[in-house]
Amino acid sequence: MTTNLETAAHPEALRRVAIDPVSRVEGHGKVTILLDEHNKVHQVRLHIVEFRGFEKFIQGRPYWEVPVMVQRLCGICPVSHQLAASKALDAIVGAKHVTPTAEKNRRLMHYGQILQSHALHFFHLCSPDLLFGFDSEVAKRNIVGIAEQHPETAKRGILLRKFGQEVIRHTAGKRIHGTGAVPGGVNKSLTIAERDILLKDIYQMVSWSRDAVHLVKQLHHQHPELYNSFGAFRANFMSLVGFDGSLDLYHGRLRARDENGKVLFDGVDYQNYSQIIAEEVKNWSYMKFPYLKSLGTEKGWYRVGPLSRVQNCDFISTPLAEIERRDFVAYSGVMPMHAPLGYHWARMIEMLHAAEMIKDLLHDDDILGSELMATGERGFEGVGVIEAPRGTLIHHYRVDEQDLVTMCNLIVSTTHNNQAMNEAVRRVAQQYLHGHEVTEGLLNHIEVAIRAFDPCLSCATHALGKMPLEVEVLDAAGLNLSTLSRTSEGVLS
Amino acid sequence: MNQDKLETFTLDGQPIPFSAGQTIIQAAMAAGVYIPHLCFHPEFKPHGSCKLCTVKVNGRQTASCTYFAQANLVVESNITELNDERRALLQMLFVEGNHFCPSCEKSGDCQLQATAYELKMMSPHFDHFFPDRPVDATHPDYLLDFNRCILCSLCVRASRDVDGKAVFALSGRGINSHLIVNAESGNLVDTDFSSTDKAAHICPVGVILKKRVGFAVPIGQRRFDAQPISAQPLSKEDV
Repeated sequence: MTTNLETAAHPEALRRVAIDPVSRVEGHGKVTILLDEHNKVHQVRLHIVEFRGFEKFIQGRPYWEVPVMVQRLCGICPVSHQLAASKALDAIVGAKHVTPTAEKNRRLMHYGQILQSHALHFFHLCSPDLLFGFDSEVAKRNIVGIAEQHPETAKRGILLRKFGQEVIRHTAGKRIHGTGAVPGGVNKSLTIAERDILLKDIYQMVSWSRDAVHLVKQLHHQHPELYNSFGAFRANFMSLVGFDGSLDLYHGRLRARDENGKVLFDGVDYQNYSQIIAEEVKNWSYMKFPYLKSLGTEKGWYRVGPLSRVQNCDFISTPLAEIERRDFVAYSGVMPMHAPLGYHWARMIEMLHAAEMIKDLLHDDDILGSELMATGERGFEGVGVIEAPRGTLIHHYRVDEQDLVTMCNLIVSTTHNNQAMNEAVRRVAQQYLHGHEVTEGLLNHIEVAIRAFDPCLSCATHALGKMPLEVEVLDAAGLNLSTLSRTSEGVLS
Repeated sequence: MNQDKLETFTLDGQPIPFSAGQTIIQAAMAAGVYIPHLCFHPEFKPHGSCKLCTVKVNGRQTASCTYFAQANLVVESNITELNDERRALLQMLFVEGNHFCPSCEKSGDCQLQATAYELKMMSPHFDHFFPDRPVDATHPDYLLDFNRCILCSLCVRASRDVDGKAVFALSGRGINSHLIVNAESGNLVDTDFSSTDKAAHICPVGVILKKRVGFAVPIGQRRFDAQPISAQPLSKEDV
């Protein structure tokens, strides 16, 4: 499944082209491409150049602070981090099951997050590529250009995102970085007035979300060769799946399939995630490379996010999204769709599902309830997993008897996709750059492949103190005078 | 006494009535006029250390929490010169400790934060010290997060003057001043601190925290969500 373009045999003899920074993604990353004199591609890497460190500085802090602190990892999907942390810490306060009011308000917050994040990604970040063309005039290839040429599309994108943010505000107190979910439950439920405000617009949101699915579907049908093959590579895929096999973005069990769609494992309790997933560290990126232990580093890497989820579940519980899922599966045929541009279609199906779920929850009186918190026997370790907009998000904490965090491990959605994104850019480099004079339009093809994954690079970098490093001292002629190496275990040689 | 009450001084041009023995800040707050402050508390003797309440009395600067009100004084408080100095004091407090409001459970309920909002502090301005101050979580029900201490000494005064204990004290001098607890081990659990102590409920920032409360109060219902600190009545000082 992997290409051989990760490391060139003789990089010193090659010309370097960099896309720095990658634009219209969350966070900061760059792509480096090494080419020979005939413009043949020898090495392509997506580097994550940000450095965070939440796993380290959360240590020694009281556990009840964690959901609010770790959500600062991200300004786009803070709700996902807040919910994953709260789910993990439910075990610390002994809340084996939170109350129906708590779970439904958390779900409402989460679907608001999915809606606003997916709308932001599709309309603001990617629609310029899809509607104008990958190598269209760069000055107009942005949301302002969309607003000029497709004003109704731009307006819907902005209002869909705004609605999702309003759902978050009413459940978490703020549009960004609120406090709604706490270990053991929530600190507020929806009021009748808040529910009625949201009910007023939700039917329009469902309708616009369905139109967005149709727009992407139409693009696939109009340009099947491009959409089916652009940067395409085959990969395993993994996600949470509801206990009944449905698409469930809030809770469930882990299921993974191989590139042919055959189930690799199913029904795995995510408390045991460390038995099935390990992470590799490479010396050229701050982002780790997760893989399925059973398959090893070479074959065990996998993809997460909408493209995986929509194909991993057996059905979607909401009727309009289920119709669209069936269309998607029928289009793909017998084998799963692996094309990165399929992410957009799957993402819009999820946005429709989120809008339908918000509608259903707003009609459920449990969201107005007053039973907010659950408690039980004190625990000392917890794992929380949620399907964030970009994929499976794992939070794992240990807490001591004084209530302080002693260990934190985060495997963030974009991190799961690290190898997959690198594969996608290498495929695109092979397909479009190989042997050609490099132009801005061709380089944007690389970025289009990365954007399809909707990566959040700032969320995904946590390799604090574990990155293997190699320092070489060269003389003026480029001869190696000395080398200092540090392994991922911190051993110097 | 009635005749005393009729006597007034002016605060930013507004006549403020006072009783004999009242300080300027006491008389101002009784009249519903806000003077920024941190170490002052109506239930305790003035400490005069934070200097936020500095006003100009007949043209000379003095702490309004320690200066007795007198008839016909001309007091200035809400003026650019003093507010600039107050803002600088706040900025120094912010950089001296580790005040990470985004993840602090006292956010929205913190007098330091509310005062900074009141005085329109937009940035820390100075370089952060980033001191290393581990929390004391040894007590089963209370946590001490020294990162946020502003050395107001309210816990020291409450423990000593109300609780009849000496759980807290300020140690060191100048930039090395820091809060300590009265135990050989240095840990709160080894003191006679109790959750019913006045000192347990007096901290204006986020140092003395009841454990496992965290973010129980939703945004919108916290003390300073509805009204800025300058609009809050004096009776809320000791909540």
